[in-house]
Parts: sequence; C-alpha cells; structure tokens
Amino acid sequence: MTKWLETQVPKLVLAPSFVAILVFVYGFIGWTAWVSLTRSKLMPRYDFDGFGQYAKLFTTPRWDTAITNLGIYGVLFIAISMALGLLLAILLDQQIRVEGAIRTIYLYPMALSMIVTGTAWKWILNPGLGLEAMVRGWGFETFTFNWLVDPNMAIYTIVLAGVWQAAGFVMALFLAGLRSVDGEIIKAAQVDGIPHWRIYTAIIIPSMAPVFLSAFIVLAHLAIKSFDLVIALTGGGPGYATDLPATYMYAMAFSRGNLGQAASSAMVMMAVVFAIVVPYLYSELRAKND
Amino acid sequence: MTDLAYVSPRAGRRSTGQRLGRIALRWLLYLVLTLFALWFLMPLFVMLTTSLKSLDEIRTGSLIALPREVTFEPWLTAWGSACTGIQCEGLKPYLLNSLLIAIPGVALSTALGAINGYVFAQWRFRGANLLFSLLLFGCFIPFQVVLLPMARMLGLMGLAGTIPGLILVHTVYGIGFTTLFFRNYYVTIPQELVRAAKIDGAGFFRIFWSIFLPLSLPIVVVTVIWQFTQIWNDFLFGVSFSQAGTQPVTVALNNIVNSTTGVKAYNVDMAAAILAALPTLLVYVVAGKYFIRGLTAGSVKG
Repeated sequence: MTKWLETQVPKLVLAPSFVAILVFVYGFIGWTAWVSLTRSKLMPRYDFDGFGQYAKLFTTPRWDTAITNLGIYGVLFIAISMALGLLLAILLDQQIRVEGAIRTIYLYPMALSMIVTGTAWKWILNPGLGLEAMVRGWGFETFTFNWLVDPNMAIYTIVLAGVWQAAGFVMALFLAGLRSVDGEIIKAAQVDGIPHWRIYTAIIIPSMAPVFLSAFIVLAHLAIKSFDLVIALTGGGPGYATDLPATYMYAMAFSRGNLGQAASSAMVMMAVVFAIVVPYLYSELRAKND
Repeated sequence: MTDLAYVSPRAGRRSTGQRLGRIALRWLLYLVLTLFALWFLMPLFVMLTTSLKSLDEIRTGSLIALPREVTFEPWLTAWGSACTGIQCEGLKPYLLNSLLIAIPGVALSTALGAINGYVFAQWRFRGANLLFSLLLFGCFIPFQVVLLPMARMLGLMGLAGTIPGLILVHTVYGIGFTTLFFRNYYVTIPQELVRAAKIDGAGFFRIFWSIFLPLSLPIVVVTVIWQFTQIWNDFLFGVSFSQAGTQPVTVALNNIVNSTTGVKAYNVDMAAAILAALPTLLVYVVAGKYFIRGLTAGSVKG
C-alpha cells in the first residue's frame, strides 16, 4: 500500500495544478465557447442559439474596424520590430566596446508596463504640447504631427509605441541567435575572402530560421493580446478608430453588458492565436520527444 | 562569432584608403547605435523632465527642454494626493495593493512551478507528455477567453474585487510558464543522480529538497523576476477583477492619467508613471541578466 502510494506521489503533486488548469483554462474556454452560442446579454443564458453571435459580430462595423486595425497593427508591429531587432543585433555584433550598456538601454522598455509606455507616448505625441509643439517652437510653424487625434493615423501611434517597447527584446533574441552560429563556418568563409556582409546574408541569417520563427510567434502573440497599450495611449479612440479585438471584447463584457458578443469575440481571438501557436508548439514538442 | 572584424589573412595588405574607409564605417556604426540609444531613452528622459516642471513651464516650454526650475510638487501629488476617480489619495495605496498581490502571487506560482517542473523533468509517468502539453497551451491563450467565467467564478467563491482573488488569478495563469522554466532547467540535471539517491533510500520530497532545491537558485531568480514583472505590469486582470480600493497600480495610473476632472496635470501623470514603473525598472537594472534569460527562455531553441 505504501509502496503504491509512493509511486503515485509525483501524480498527486501535479494534481492541484492540473485540476486548476483543467478548470480555469479548459473549463473556462468551454464556458466562453458555450456562451458565444447563446443570446446572453447582461446575464449569461445557457440555451443554445446557434452561431447568431458570430454572424452579428462580423456585420458589426466596430468589429470590422477592430479586425482591420489588428491586421495593420499586427503586420507593421511584427515586421518593423523584426527588421529593427535584426539590424540592432547585427550592429551590436561588431565588437562594440560598450555592448553591455547599449544592450541594457535598448531592452529596458520591455521591463515597463504597457500602461506606462502608453502614458509616456501619449504625452510625447500630444499635439498641443508634445513633439508637434516642440518642432513648431523651432520655427517650423506649419509642422503638424497629430496622429494621436487623427482617426486615420491613430493606429500608427500604437505601432510606434509597440515597436519602441518590443524592438530591444527582438534584438536580444537575434543577438543570442547570431552568437550561436557555428564559428568555424564563419572563419572558413573569412579565409575564403568572402565579404563581411555576404557572410551575414548567405550564412548567418539563413541559419537563424528558428530564431525568426520564435520571434514571430512571440510578437504575434503580443500583438493579438495588446490591450493595455491601446487603453493607455488612445483609449480606443478617436471614436473607436483604434479599437482592437481585445478592447472590443472588453467593452462588450464590462461596459456594454453584452456577454454574447464578448464571448464570441474572445473565441475569434483565441482561434487566431491558436492558428499561429498550435502548429509551432506541436512541432516544438515533437522535436523534443524525438 | 567573436573575432569577425579582426581575422582576415589579407589585413596586412590593406591600403591606406581602405583603412580610412574602415575607420569611417566604425564611426558611422557608433553614430547609429548612439542615435538608437537616444530614441530608446527619449521617453524616459521626457517623463523625468516633465515630472520636475511646473504646469506653467510645461505650457510655455519645449518638450525636451530641461526644467528651468525644478519642482518636486508633482511627485508629492502623484504619491499622496492625485485623484484616481473620486478618491484622491495618490498612488501610494495602489502601490501597496500591487505589492500585496505580487508577493504572494510570485511565491505561490514559483513554488508550484518548481515542484511541477521537478515531476515533469525527473519523474515521468504515462501521460506526462500530454499533461505538459496541456499546461503549455494554457500559457498561450488570450486571457480574454477566460475573463467572463473567471469573473463569475470569483463571485461564486466570494473573492470578487478582492486582493486574494487577484492573487488566485495570477497564480493560476502563472503556473504554465513557471512549470516550463523549472522543467527545462531540471531536465539538464542527470537522471543518474536521482537513481543513485533512490537506491540510497531517498524519497520524492527528500530528493527534491536536498538535491534539486540547492541547485535551483539561478532558475528561481529567473522565475521570480519573470513573475514579478508579469504581475506588477498586469492591467487586464487588474482592471477586470478589482474594485475601488483593491486596484493595482497600473489601473490607478491609468485612472489618474485619464481622469477628466480638473486641469490636466501632465507633470503629475509623468511622476505617477515613473512611480509605477520604478519597481520593475529597478529589478531590471539590478538583475538584467536574469530578466533577459526569462524573456528568452522557451523562445530560443536549444
């Protein structure tokens, strides 16, 4: 009996966490999925009603804006952060004397809350008193930089602040990747007289494909979950010009009292995340078990 | 990768022109790096200088100008009397809330992660892989998908709008990452060690306590820093599951900045933002190495 108990100890130790995950992750996803198929408004109702909420979601202009914004923000945020991160990593890889200090400066935004980042950039981009006023003060009276209050441009301020926060992190990922490339191959290439930049484009960067993939996954994940940054920087405005699915979901859940819409939008967000993350995790886990 | 710039068999035969070009390139490199450093530092600089100016000076002066007259009034207001809605007690009580949430949240999720990681790394059983995958997928869900049921669950448990409620939320959704960190670390400890200890009669907890824990300092530091940063910087859970009086500092900061009553005090906003950012910034400056290791853990293969 004690012998049997002893072999069960590892499972018993895992049990509380496992039950918690089962209930708080998978059970809750199930609950949200079910509510997304009902006519729930202020209170949840549990009678099945089909896909009406989703149909309504995709005919709602505000959701349309949110999805379009996610597309713009996601693509630009990921592309610029990756490009900038790679550039900074390569520049820092040239035996820079104060590399440690520079790395610390580039990466510190990642330690900040997105609410802090949003607050700072909101102030900098304030048309009346921020950058615009500063440049006008230099004598360029007609200079305008009012993206923050321009419904067509406001989403790009979120890209700007997002890139500012994440670029250093991507740099750290790439720098670690650059340093893990086999030194022998690089030396051989140098002996053959291959120019410096060609070594990067032909040898180092192609061998970093897994790092690109993980940077992409992390950034995509950050982009879809972006909520705090929008709340702090634009509050979703002007109007709802900078709404993202995350802010739409929050508005439906907590200020509009429309649980059905909140649940269905959350399910769509999860579908997007899983479409990106599941294949990646699956291949990672398989690679580990092989 | 280290001696890329030096090792070149033909370096000795370079002409003066080439050498000058090289030096110019080097200068350009440092120039670009410095410009980027300024770009990254600019918001912090602007926050700091703005927080030390009077509102008059903010209205008449330039964004990046140093304060003509340094005033600490905005800091005092942000600390003790700025309004986060109807209450005007500054950030102080909310900083305390964040601490009261973060400390137990970090401790619980780290302890659970350590023991879970130990099981997954060294005491594998049938189905362990599946369990680990389920746990890992849990890390990646957008939290929006659990917000509504969590709000109801906290209500049912009598924890709605309370600090213990937020501790529970952060612990549960932190387990995935903490388990991953510890598992990946413990996997590198040779299984022979466990086998030998078992032969000597040591049990599950004994082995964990006297072999694994003493080796765990680096990964504990990484995990604690990761969890602390996550919980301190959280906004979504804080804004969804707190009420007046239990809000974490991120929510209070957002309320101060976006409160619509009275004159907009940009200097107070900036002082409040720095106050809210200070703990995680401090951790980053003191233990940056571990912070980066946490960030890159799991996202770089091998």
